[in-house]
Amino acid sequence: MKTALSGNEAVAYAMKQINPDVMGAFPITPSTEIPEYFAQYVADGVVTTEFVTTESEHSSMSVCIAASAAGARSVCATSSCGLALMHEMLYVAASSRLPIVLACVNRALSGPININNDHSDSMGSRDAGWIQIYAENNQEAYDNFIMSFLIGETPQVRLPVMACMDGFITSHAVENIELLDTEVVQGFVGTYEPEHYLLKKENPLAVGPYDLSAFYMEHKVMQAEAIRASKARILQVAENLAAISGRHYGLIECHQMEDAELALVLIGSSAGTAKASVDELRQMGQKVGLVKVRVFRPFPAEELAEALYHTKAVAVLDKAESFSGCGGPLFAETRSALYDLPQRPQLINLVYGLGGRDFTTESARSVFERLAQIAETGETGPRYAHMGQRTRGSAT
Amino acid sequence: MSTIYNLKREAAKPPRLTGGHRLCAGCGAGIAVSGVLRALEPEDRAVVVNATGCLEVSTFMYPYTAYTDSFIHSAFENAGATCSGVEAAYRALKRRNKVDGTVKFITFAGDGGTYDIGFQSLSGAMERGHDMVYVCYDNEAYMNTGIQRSSSTPMFARTTTSAVGPAQSGKIQPKKDITDILVSHNVVYAAQTAPIGTMKDLHTKSHKAIYTEGPCFLNILAPCPRGWDYPMELLPELVQLAVDTCIWPLYEVEEGEWRITYMPKKKLPVKEFFRVQGRFRHMFQKGNEWMLEEAQAHVDQKWERLRERADL
Repeated sequence: MKTALSGNEAVAYAMKQINPDVMGAFPITPSTEIPEYFAQYVADGVVTTEFVTTESEHSSMSVCIAASAAGARSVCATSSCGLALMHEMLYVAASSRLPIVLACVNRALSGPININNDHSDSMGSRDAGWIQIYAENNQEAYDNFIMSFLIGETPQVRLPVMACMDGFITSHAVENIELLDTEVVQGFVGTYEPEHYLLKKENPLAVGPYDLSAFYMEHKVMQAEAIRASKARILQVAENLAAISGRHYGLIECHQMEDAELALVLIGSSAGTAKASVDELRQMGQKVGLVKVRVFRPFPAEELAEALYHTKAVAVLDKAESFSGCGGPLFAETRSALYDLPQRPQLINLVYGLGGRDFTTESARSVFERLAQIAETGETGPRYAHMGQRTRGSAT
Repeated sequence: MSTIYNLKREAAKPPRLTGGHRLCAGCGAGIAVSGVLRALEPEDRAVVVNATGCLEVSTFMYPYTAYTDSFIHSAFENAGATCSGVEAAYRALKRRNKVDGTVKFITFAGDGGTYDIGFQSLSGAMERGHDMVYVCYDNEAYMNTGIQRSSSTPMFARTTTSAVGPAQSGKIQPKKDITDILVSHNVVYAAQTAPIGTMKDLHTKSHKAIYTEGPCFLNILAPCPRGWDYPMELLPELVQLAVDTCIWPLYEVEEGEWRITYMPKKKLPVKEFFRVQGRFRHMFQKGNEWMLEEAQAHVDQKWERLRERADL
């Protein structure tokens, strides 16, 4: 069905179609609309989910963890400080191997408090053990959310999944979208049938032990193996979705990369903006391209190396600071992914768009201009810089 | 389901907190927990929830669990929310015919996990009205981390973070009244109990809490030999003294009605309870008589208030 929805409404609609067992809910801008839409579905009796309106995001994640361990398919949504408040529990969810699906509507972290988009919230959780999938637009937000269940719940994975979209830019902007029929979605995700769960009559289960040094390491290695195994599963689920929707998704998306000499690597809605610039520059005969990272955890290192090995100069655009003093998180991991190549492109890092600072086609073009200079002269200049900010001292 | 207490019958039930757990000898927590779980009808299943604490690390050390029922622990500050989540899953799966039989939900947390760090989560769970029992085993300090003061620690008690020296004499503030706060949540049943005598009081209240629909709260005195500094064999006598001095009165509140469930034959002075514990030793030094007087006045005032509420 073709319609027009905001990203939040698309995800809420996917939740309605899936009709999960339990939802933990707590409001925070810009994800608030998701539990709002869902509350109406509950009131209208069109879902039979147990809708638990908690007193904090910490408790909404705790509810999801417990419900998932009890055998229930569990979902929630949050943003920014809400995700930060869940931080401790995100690790518990992943290490307890509970396939919760969380809609993360990306927003800058405090402080100072800011409600607009960047990726500092989910990048802060990147090592919590969750699979992270980022959407460029509403269609992807909807599709990723639906795929997340099949990815996380599969026995060789059994991990929680964070389906991310950019706050306001994607969550609130209304775009054309193609929705699947509810029966198709329900057939696609099936029901959640875990092997062991707290409410199973035949065999009581204990979850969340005190784990001494005799076993902790083994448990962490199993978790690491699970996230590695998820890579193949993500691709398999994407193929299954393609079969019913005609929409194709990979771990990364390459745009005009075949013979590209200059490339951008970036995440989320800015990819749509940058694609327009790429196409424009291509028309002018420039060999430019773009790699959109859809899945950040597990990190698509081999895929990025494969996509970038033939380029001359690459700019990695980070929508989050990691305050390492030498680049953002996407840059650090992309550079590491290229290290084993016999020949590597020149790489620079630009941190952009923090707290909702605009990223335009002009911004993307200016990055390509710089890349062209680097390719020509071999001089990279500063490898790590910020873009789009006023210079110090200028008030406007 | 008989509500008349029979010690012999109850003691003959197979324990649901089994031996082999690693709680200290002379600890009140294990007795409180096994006492509560004994109140479950044998045909009913339960999911037991723990906050992080002595109880959790002693009863579920991988790969051994001391519980015969399903169990979940996830963190220190979220036992209320965790129990809510399991209960919500039960409702959802019942509705979808995916779970058989009756399952009860019982949370155990120490005073740190209840009065302090887990307070918000507890308050939320009680307000939402989940069908669950939240049990606080109150040993009046953070014992698992090595005896630090909590808001449940009584005034003057020595802990490692409310030290005794020339400038300070143990904890400065009085104990928070968590049971009263839970009563103010309008929970369907709230009670204070302790493992004394034949365990009748503990058993009766546990049974009522488990089998009353809606959110119920039990606060159980659970002495700690390490933190309170008493010889382990003194545990039963110590609990009896706490009750007979009215430092730990036994009562219940049902639909707004307060009822004292144990009246001491003779109300003992508080110093009888303090005397046998190292944490109050400094109160008996010369010149510190005022501490005993102040503590006595505080307990008397609380006891009078309770009697008024119970219409006595």
